Amino acid sequence: MAVAHGVAAGIGGMRAAGDLVARMQVSQGMRIKQAKEHVASKLGISVLDIADPVVMSEVRDDLDLGRVNAVPGAAKGIDAKFRIAEVLDIEINCLNIFKKRTGLKS
Amino acid sequence: MKYTTRMGDGFRLEMTEAEIRKDIEDGTSDAAERADVEPMTDDEVAYLLDIYKCPDRSVGVQRGNEVVLSYDSATTKFKRCNVSVSKIQSLQIYERLLGSDMLELAHIDYSFKPVKPIVVFEQPILEQALLITIPPLFYGAMPNLGLYSQPDGPSPNPANLLPEGKIAEARASYEEQIDYAVADMVYVASRMYEAGADGINFDTTGAAGDAEFYATLTAIEILKKKYPDMCVQMGMASEFVLGMHADLYYDDVRLAGLYPHKQLELAQKAGVTIFGPAINIVSNRSLPWNLARSVTFVAACTRIAQIPVHACVGMGVGGVPLALSVPVDALTRSSKALVDITRLDGL
Repeated sequence: MAVAHGVAAGIGGMRAAGDLVARMQVSQGMRIKQAKEHVASKLGISVLDIADPVVMSEVRDDLDLGRVNAVPGAAKGIDAKFRIAEVLDIEINCLNIFKKRTGLKS
Repeated sequence: MKYTTRMGDGFRLEMTEAEIRKDIEDGTSDAAERADVEPMTDDEVAYLLDIYKCPDRSVGVQRGNEVVLSYDSATTKFKRCNVSVSKIQSLQIYERLLGSDMLELAHIDYSFKPVKPIVVFEQPILEQALLITIPPLFYGAMPNLGLYSQPDGPSPNPANLLPEGKIAEARASYEEQIDYAVADMVYVASRMYEAGADGINFDTTGAAGDAEFYATLTAIEILKKKYPDMCVQMGMASEFVLGMHADLYYDDVRLAGLYPHKQLELAQKAGVTIFGPAINIVSNRSLPWNLARSVTFVAACTRIAQIPVHACVGMGVGGVPLALSVPVDALTRSSKALVDITRLDGL
């Protein structure tokens, strides 16, 4: 069912900007229109680009926000989340815990 | 000319355009009358009719209408299909191969009560997964009040008490179960949030009726006071809160008999961040009839919601047939209709 829903209605997760739009729903409780507009504004793209995997591959590559492809040296997990939090201007729970555990200040 | 669609149980069915239109109109009227909400407009009926007349096997939302996809009990679905991967590998498959926008870690016995004794084993899995995944990662479980009555739990079983006319005793049992369930939900959710989860999903809420809905709202209220930034997702069990206790109120609203838009209002008050209405399939009616009902109930939510609405669109809910292997034609029609017509925030 995940595949059929993804093809029919999904933004595309990390293939595009689905995880970033989801971040705004999760952290700010934004509805879909507002969340897409916020992400588009922060990334400097149009709202239609949000679900475009070609545009978003370039944007994610440029900002190092994590990609589905195995790119050497590219952000893979929590390192990408640090960049996402900065770009979207949000708090992420596990990052705050990570900073506390490692003694990172910012 | 006849068009191929399906019954609510998934079996194929051929209908004329007039028959499909009549079922859509009957379905939306049924939902509107039950919940006292607006039925679909003529344009919406025509749009849904076109979706069912479309000969293509799969359909999709209009460009620009794409929504966030979240998956309840995500990691258990690989186990259910006998795929031999770990929970973390399951999450990576959702993240990197299935295009998921949100992830959810879950225990195979998907209820808060059985998670409680093994939560210390779930926390490190979550902690590791958070290091290597990127989308929001939730921990999910069901409130499942049924586990708190005998023989599975400590309280007298209301299903035995009610037929004996022991209504006061049955209600007292439900009230006792509420206390147990709230304690378990708050405990597990706290542990997983403190381990780093982006949010907690209370899935299939209200399956045991109004007492379970009350317990979940109460647990969420406690959690939001404790962790104001916690994201809480609440997926419902059905379109109608069963009055098993029948005299429970939250914020002065009687819980028995609430339809989705009223469930949403209370969820918002309790502090829910993402709400998931669940509209049941009637297996002996056509999918056009069922989907029209779902669209009507869900649209009543999206019209008034102040929070994102992720409709439950899995097997047996949201216009999806009650079949273990769901046909792509039926699933994508539910996806498209609910998103394009009701302006959903997610599925």
